[in-house]
Amino acid sequence: MAGRTGGPATVEFDMTPMIDVTFQLITFFMFVLNFSEAEQDERIQLPASQLAKPAEGVVETPITMQLTADGGVLYAGEILPVNQIGRSLEQEREIIVAAGKDPALATVIVRADGRARTGDVQQVIRICQEQGFERFALRALYKPE
Amino acid sequence: MAQPAPKRRRLEKVAINMTPMIDVVFQLMIFFMLTLNIIAPEGDFDIRMPLSKSAGPPTDDLQLPPIRVRLTADPAGGLQTLTMNGEPVAGFDDLQRRVAGIVEAAVVSGGDAEDVELELDCDEQLDYAYVVQAITAVSGRVEDGRVIEMIKKISFAPATADAE
Repeated sequence: MAGRTGGPATVEFDMTPMIDVTFQLITFFMFVLNFSEAEQDERIQLPASQLAKPAEGVVETPITMQLTADGGVLYAGEILPVNQIGRSLEQEREIIVAAGKDPALATVIVRADGRARTGDVQQVIRICQEQGFERFALRALYKPE
Repeated sequence: MAQPAPKRRRLEKVAINMTPMIDVVFQLMIFFMLTLNIIAPEGDFDIRMPLSKSAGPPTDDLQLPPIRVRLTADPAGGLQTLTMNGEPVAGFDDLQRRVAGIVEAAVVSGGDAEDVELELDCDEQLDYAYVVQAITAVSGRVEDGRVIEMIKKISFAPATADAE
């Protein structure tokens, strides 16, 4: 290449590979990031199962009920006692009916902690049934043996 | 004093200031790195359980009586005993074998494996993890990496007064 004319000598280094790598990293993180799974909560440790099959497609009108180990229901960002979720579920049902859908076709996703009492899980299911919900999905951590 | 004009124009380089762009790029990268949470894969056990179902006996006379699996708990919430139709079962593997036998017998006798129903009757204070283990044992088994489905109709026994 042609020699430089005078002046102070500047050390030029090629930034292109670094920027390439950085963009690759950003693209990677953008793809891996999944905002739709924001319903996961670190307060709940799901029981593990090798047969829990990932949901196929989008669940129709999902309602997520999260049950903590000490028997509280995590719903809409706050922890409620199990016997007080009836009112919230009634509102859910009214919203579903107002949208012209059938509550019996909605799916209640039960994310219960592995240490929760089975009686509490059954009570949550019973309250949901009283509001006309029939489909339940018991969520577990998929762990192949 | 006048500066000499550059002699060869084609050697002139337009220096782009890369600093702001790299700043922004690094900010973006840090944002995505911090908001990333590694998601553990989760799955569902689908259960269809209308209220009327748990209140009364099965309406269809041709239906097989449901397999009743009872799980009792010790005071700490651990699993104490496991019985199937009143018979003691050694563990979840044993339960899986027995259920597989029933499903196969139903298929051999001309029935449909999907018609076999199972009712879980659990103590109130039992840890929910055991319920999921029981559901896993009865809903299928893995053979040579393939999942063989067994019972799909699983329900919880209605709560009895003495369970409280």
